[in-house]
Amino acid sequence: MKTEKLLFGLLILAAAIAAAVFFYKQSQDVSKKTMSTAEDTKVGFVYVGPIGDHGWTYQHNAGRLALEKSLGTKIKTSYVESVKEGPDSERVIQQLASSGHKVIFTTSFGFMNPTLKVAKKFPNVKFEHATGYKRDENVGTYSARFYEGRYIAGVIAGKVSKTNKIGYVASFPIPEVVRGINAFLLGARSVNPEMTISVVWVNSWYDPGKEGDAAKALIDQGADIISQHTDSPAPLQVAENRGVKGFGQASDMIKFAPKAQLSAIVNNWDNYYVERTKAAIDGSWKSQDVWYGLKEGMVKMAPYTNMPDDVQALAKKTEDAIRNGELHPFSGPIKDQTGKIVVEAGKVADAGMLLGMNFYVEGVQGSLPK
Amino acid sequence: MDALPVVLTIITASTPLLLAATGELVTEKAGVLNLGVEGMMLVGAIAAFATAVSTGSGLLAILVGAFSGVAVAAIFAILTLTFLANQVATGLALTIFGVGLSALIGSSFVGISLEPLPQLNVEFLSTIPILGELLFGHDVLVYLSFIMILLAGYFLSKTRPGLILRAVGESHDSAHALGYSVLTVRYLAVLFGGFMSGLAGSYLSLVYTPLWAENMTAGRGWIALALVVFGTWRAGRIAFGAYLFGAITILQLHVQGWGINIASQFMTMLPYIATVVVLVLISQDRTKIKMNAPQSIGKAFRPAK
Repeated sequence: MKTEKLLFGLLILAAAIAAAVFFYKQSQDVSKKTMSTAEDTKVGFVYVGPIGDHGWTYQHNAGRLALEKSLGTKIKTSYVESVKEGPDSERVIQQLASSGHKVIFTTSFGFMNPTLKVAKKFPNVKFEHATGYKRDENVGTYSARFYEGRYIAGVIAGKVSKTNKIGYVASFPIPEVVRGINAFLLGARSVNPEMTISVVWVNSWYDPGKEGDAAKALIDQGADIISQHTDSPAPLQVAENRGVKGFGQASDMIKFAPKAQLSAIVNNWDNYYVERTKAAIDGSWKSQDVWYGLKEGMVKMAPYTNMPDDVQALAKKTEDAIRNGELHPFSGPIKDQTGKIVVEAGKVADAGMLLGMNFYVEGVQGSLPK
Repeated sequence: MDALPVVLTIITASTPLLLAATGELVTEKAGVLNLGVEGMMLVGAIAAFATAVSTGSGLLAILVGAFSGVAVAAIFAILTLTFLANQVATGLALTIFGVGLSALIGSSFVGISLEPLPQLNVEFLSTIPILGELLFGHDVLVYLSFIMILLAGYFLSKTRPGLILRAVGESHDSAHALGYSVLTVRYLAVLFGGFMSGLAGSYLSLVYTPLWAENMTAGRGWIALALVVFGTWRAGRIAFGAYLFGAITILQLHVQGWGINIASQFMTMLPYIATVVVLVLISQDRTKIKMNAPQSIGKAFRPAK
């Protein structure tokens, strides 16, 4: 059929134009935001999600804005959002590097190999990769001790819960997430040894429908505290509607749950971005591996709300103790699910155990998916 | 554990599936295969959410969502019915288009929270223990999903226009020869499919998780498509299938919460495995397929000059 062929041709043409416009716009985005005078240091950011995700990327972008505010005219920043992990990200990082950016922050685990690959081609550009474990002379890595915040959340949950049951919506069984679950329960059991956690894995970082369903299922099974290690506010919204309590994740989510949010574990990259950019400008930048927590301000707690005054005071006390180093969330004795002591009394878990955590502590229901 | 809240959760999980599948049933019965359900749902979802945020009216939001679905379906109808483009290719393109368009419109609505729709409670009835809560504690769209599948089933099997629609789907040439306007019937059927997909999308962004997230349908449009085959183009079986799917989705979360040691990835697969199994079972029985599957499905209609 002639019309069919014609139509098919038109469709392909339309797709080609759309693609061209898209890529042109993306490159415009980069070049437009980076027009600057010679003395400015250009700083680039690569984000995995949209800056409006109200979680992970939102907080990285807040760090970028803080950097602009602090160093003002000395720098120019630019960002590319919603960059898919994989080959696409390499193209974006390369473009930032070749358009004169001196410092580039790549803010998702999946950007690790593309970052290293581009870094080899641009030895004079400093790269900072979030949550990765591979470094190079001009590639540093950084992450935050979110588990410190989880422990405080656990302490609050242990005091507030009436059913002694926590519902935990989890993404993937990786050490980072398992560490959060364990820290949460250790915190809860430090004030109430009866506490247990039920975990539901949704196998996604971001699927609001499923995250919400998981929260509903957990509440129906008797959990009256909801915590999540996924990126959307959906579980917290469910907690609000069902009249139970919960915690925000990555950023302060109080506006999604004004009556339900007890606190939120907030990722705060502001100081780190300022500090590292300054180092790059004055030449003192060196590749390093950073794992900061409450003490350095990379992890912050949102205001303690919707709880009695004594719980609030206890939460603040716990926060201070962790910040001062008086309290380590993973202090012995810690038993795993089989009752075996994995951290002896008087000792704390070493970095190797923390980074590779692959067991549940006593009190977590179910078994860890392998 | 109290079973009632679990049942209520299953109802909310099943409603968007049932809404979208009802639309696709009518579309397919008219002989058109529209694979763009996912895309139409997404556009409906963002349109409804944007309307609810800007106007605060839930009813208006549902209407705008539904008619955005109609608008997207109209593109499909023009391409496949007037210009005779391949239905499968166009349907797939429509899904990709819907994902992109909704993300573009939605970029300024990310991270905004919405109060859920005021529920259409029948006050004194919903105070009847168990039965009251089970039957009367829901929002408008849940009731609408039941009404629509009942109406669709009745329309297709008991009314004259329904028979004409099915005739068009069985053999467009015969229907044409009898003097029925194949194009008009198919246009209306496709637009109805868009309307229902738009409603399903509205349900997701207004009630299910009252927020907007890119690609928030997460494959529910495809499940709705599978449901039509699963139910062998019969309204009653489709309703049953929608609730079976909803139940499996929710119960797998409960199984995890109880700490039963089954890989969660396996549980996530279950609804899809169920579809495949049913498809295989149905295909065993040729007459069953022949009895219900529209014979002209997916075929372009070129009237003899």
